[in-house]
Amino acid sequence: MSISSTELEAAGAPDNGALVAATDPRRSVWHVLLRDPSAIACLVYIGIVVLMAIFAPLIVKVSGWGPYDFDQTAIDPNLGGIPLGSFGGISADHWLGVEPQSGRDIFARIVYGARASMLIAVGATALTTVLGVVFGLLAGYFGGRTDMVISRLMEFLMAFPALIFMIAVLSALPADNRQYLLVLVISVFGWPYLARIVRAQTMSLKQREFVEAALASGASRTRLVFTEILPNLRSTILVMVTLAVPGYIGTEAGLSFLGVGVVPPTPSWGQMISSSVGWYSVVPTYFLVPGTFLALLVLSFMVLGDRVRSAVDPGGR
Amino acid sequence: MTRYLVNRVLGMLLVLFLVALFTYMVFFLLSPDPAVQICGKTCTPERIDQIRANLGLDDPFPVQFLHFLEGLFLGRDYGTGASAVHCSAPCLGYSFQSAQVVTDMIVQRLPVTAVVAIGAAVLWLLAGVIGGLLSAVREGRFTDRFITALTLGGMSVPNYVLALALQYVFVVQLQWLPFPQAVPFADDPGQWFLNFILPWTVLAIGYASSYTRLTRANVIDTLSENFVRTARAKGLRPHLVWRRHALRPALTPIVTIAGMDFAGLLGGALITETVFGINGVGKLAADSITKNDQPVIMAVTLLAAFFVVVGNMVVDLLYSAIDPRVRAGATT
Amino acid sequence: MSLLRVNDLTVKFGDVTVVDGLGFELPKGGSLGIVGESGSGKSMTSLAVMGLLPKGALCTGEISFDGIDLNTLSERRMREIRGDRIAMIFQDPLSSLNPYYTVGTQIAEAYRSHRSGVSRRAARQVAIEAMERVHIKEAGRRVDDYPHQFSGGMRQRVMIAMALSTEPELIIADEPTTALDVTVQAQILDLLAEVRRDTGAALIMITHDLAVVSEVADTVVVMRYGDVVETGSTEQIFSDPRHPYTQALLDAVPRIDDEIGDLRTLGGGS
Repeated sequence: MSISSTELEAAGAPDNGALVAATDPRRSVWHVLLRDPSAIACLVYIGIVVLMAIFAPLIVKVSGWGPYDFDQTAIDPNLGGIPLGSFGGISADHWLGVEPQSGRDIFARIVYGARASMLIAVGATALTTVLGVVFGLLAGYFGGRTDMVISRLMEFLMAFPALIFMIAVLSALPADNRQYLLVLVISVFGWPYLARIVRAQTMSLKQREFVEAALASGASRTRLVFTEILPNLRSTILVMVTLAVPGYIGTEAGLSFLGVGVVPPTPSWGQMISSSVGWYSVVPTYFLVPGTFLALLVLSFMVLGDRVRSAVDPGGR
Repeated sequence: MTRYLVNRVLGMLLVLFLVALFTYMVFFLLSPDPAVQICGKTCTPERIDQIRANLGLDDPFPVQFLHFLEGLFLGRDYGTGASAVHCSAPCLGYSFQSAQVVTDMIVQRLPVTAVVAIGAAVLWLLAGVIGGLLSAVREGRFTDRFITALTLGGMSVPNYVLALALQYVFVVQLQWLPFPQAVPFADDPGQWFLNFILPWTVLAIGYASSYTRLTRANVIDTLSENFVRTARAKGLRPHLVWRRHALRPALTPIVTIAGMDFAGLLGGALITETVFGINGVGKLAADSITKNDQPVIMAVTLLAAFFVVVGNMVVDLLYSAIDPRVRAGATT
Repeated sequence: MSLLRVNDLTVKFGDVTVVDGLGFELPKGGSLGIVGESGSGKSMTSLAVMGLLPKGALCTGEISFDGIDLNTLSERRMREIRGDRIAMIFQDPLSSLNPYYTVGTQIAEAYRSHRSGVSRRAARQVAIEAMERVHIKEAGRRVDDYPHQFSGGMRQRVMIAMALSTEPELIIADEPTTALDVTVQAQILDLLAEVRRDTGAALIMITHDLAVVSEVADTVVVMRYGDVVETGSTEQIFSDPRHPYTQALLDAVPRIDDEIGDLRTLGGGS
């Protein structure tokens, strides 16, 4: 539900026809992005989250509380473990308050939670991209039976109720190495959306003169795919990737929220929100803090994706 | 047209068969032994074997899958003798944990899920189309920017966070809405309706945001179409240009996508139903996951796939009725 | 009195001038060719006459149609003229027709919106007659077909039928043959000439192709970068081009007498 097929289709559709010339898109994209204040704001926030994920142990040392440290002095045992003080126990000691009952430091858990979110989203995006590009190229370039088999497989996967199935599979699988399983399961259901677009573009690129010319001059087919077709797909892939990341962040958080994602006590933002459900009326900061971090991260990637797309393809909407 | 229909239905059945096979296989390999679950704590190996034989759990995979398919189309009996339970077609399995036929469990909850899905769909279609139109008409101006910002927000906030936040504001703080509880429609229609307001809203906001963006893009694209220029060149009044030449082509794809999204929701709005404690198919799935009640999880997966695949086909047919180009393609 | 007099017409987008001080006159029933490469401002000129310039365009000067200055006319009054007394035919007939409606509906649409109290049936009859006039066979049956069911040339005939349905005094054709096959091009040009003869409508032919102009126009305006390069009778332009640019355009055209015999010889016109 966090990632609906509609959204991806809407994101992907306008690019179908737009083929961008083989100039280096990265330089011009950076150029455009760095002149756009909202894009810069998004980049800054994403940067902060990434740094948080990388330097989590260091940051936690500075803030003073680890993600697994219980602090009984910060909660009120007489009131069922409600954090002491206002706003969920926000204080100089606990910058973003503490969890009810356990008194664990929310800031530390947010910092460590960023690790889970970023690792899984980036991992799933990388795997999806590889699968989507490879299968899309194969189907689009070789056509015929290869295309038929891959296309049927994609249709099958897209007809699948992915969320329910992911949950079911994850719930049945052992809990160790959950991160890798999450990446794998998300990617298996995610790649067809990218592959479909890569396939369509490859098919139309194949017909273009420069490809035919290269073929006529004796270039091998495999070489051709990598030297002539792939570089022309860079812009599309770039846009799809930026738009895929927020979807996967949402999916990971959603799965963790439903209890089949990252396994406690390892923190993840979705899981933190999940454990806050019972407390939302008493300690609203408990869900607001991770919720805000999560929403802002998804928002940043989405705005950035939008900007990248208009930088790559100024005509498209 | 008939050939096209037959092909579509055959394709649909194939996909459903594959989904069933794949799902069944995964659960066959992964799920814990139901015989052990049924047997409980005081259990002897002989008793487990007996249960296995009784339920056909010691059959090889293809045989078990065939039995499952048989149950789906003809119905089947679980167990033998006096303790046998009959599960009539379409039999989706038997939940040993709750000692109930899964089909009954789902049928009981389907109406609630349908209510959630229908209400949300009405909301998101209204909001999405109106918002998208407004945005398109005011392209580049304040209204457009404002709506676009709202849609970005609507797509970024996960619906469980939204659910908690709205519940906190409207139920706990402002007390405009009652605390959610299951009230049968017949007992108190007003209370029943109030209970659904938040779930509908929460579910609709994400969809409404993406529909707004889609509508906006489609309308702007359509307005730049040559045939809209032709319509203007004919001297048609602006409302006719809009209604006939811009809206119909712009909104047709939205109807299609709405159909698919709606079909997807009939398989259960897992998160929304769980957060608001609505006893629908989604909550059934979530609860079964917690309890590891595999037959139910598998049945819900199959049901959801069924809705998606059938919805896909219905939408295709609908589309061919709306778009003359596709209609022609279908007949030849 | 002339039917259309354009005087000092200037169209600007911000600082960019796309049409600069254009002027020409078109008598009742006359025909004028506006020739130029893409970006010369010829299409903007036609859109200015129709009052269909895109948003952000600033249009100054006089466009006098039958004594009415179209440039100062209210949008409401302009709408009454547009599609009724002045009709337009566009370049790409496929994208210019709405895929969702039958051609009959689209042909009748202009007629119905400019004549009050026309029944559906009467409008349909008008559409069928218009289709017959542009030689679409079995018009009574094809009136209920959709644009995608017609070939390129037939679609352009539909567009012409659409323009004819209200019996306009002026037809503006913007590159009507560019998207068509060569053989079909000749048929469409013949049809336009025939329509003009039968209805007495004046014609403005916008094109990049001097060969097309020689087919249908009495007078030619050659445009480049928004400026008028040369104006004159078709005969004079072809036999004695004054401006080097016109000469260059002429050289780019394959000699018309080399073409298939169906095309008339230089300056033949009608």
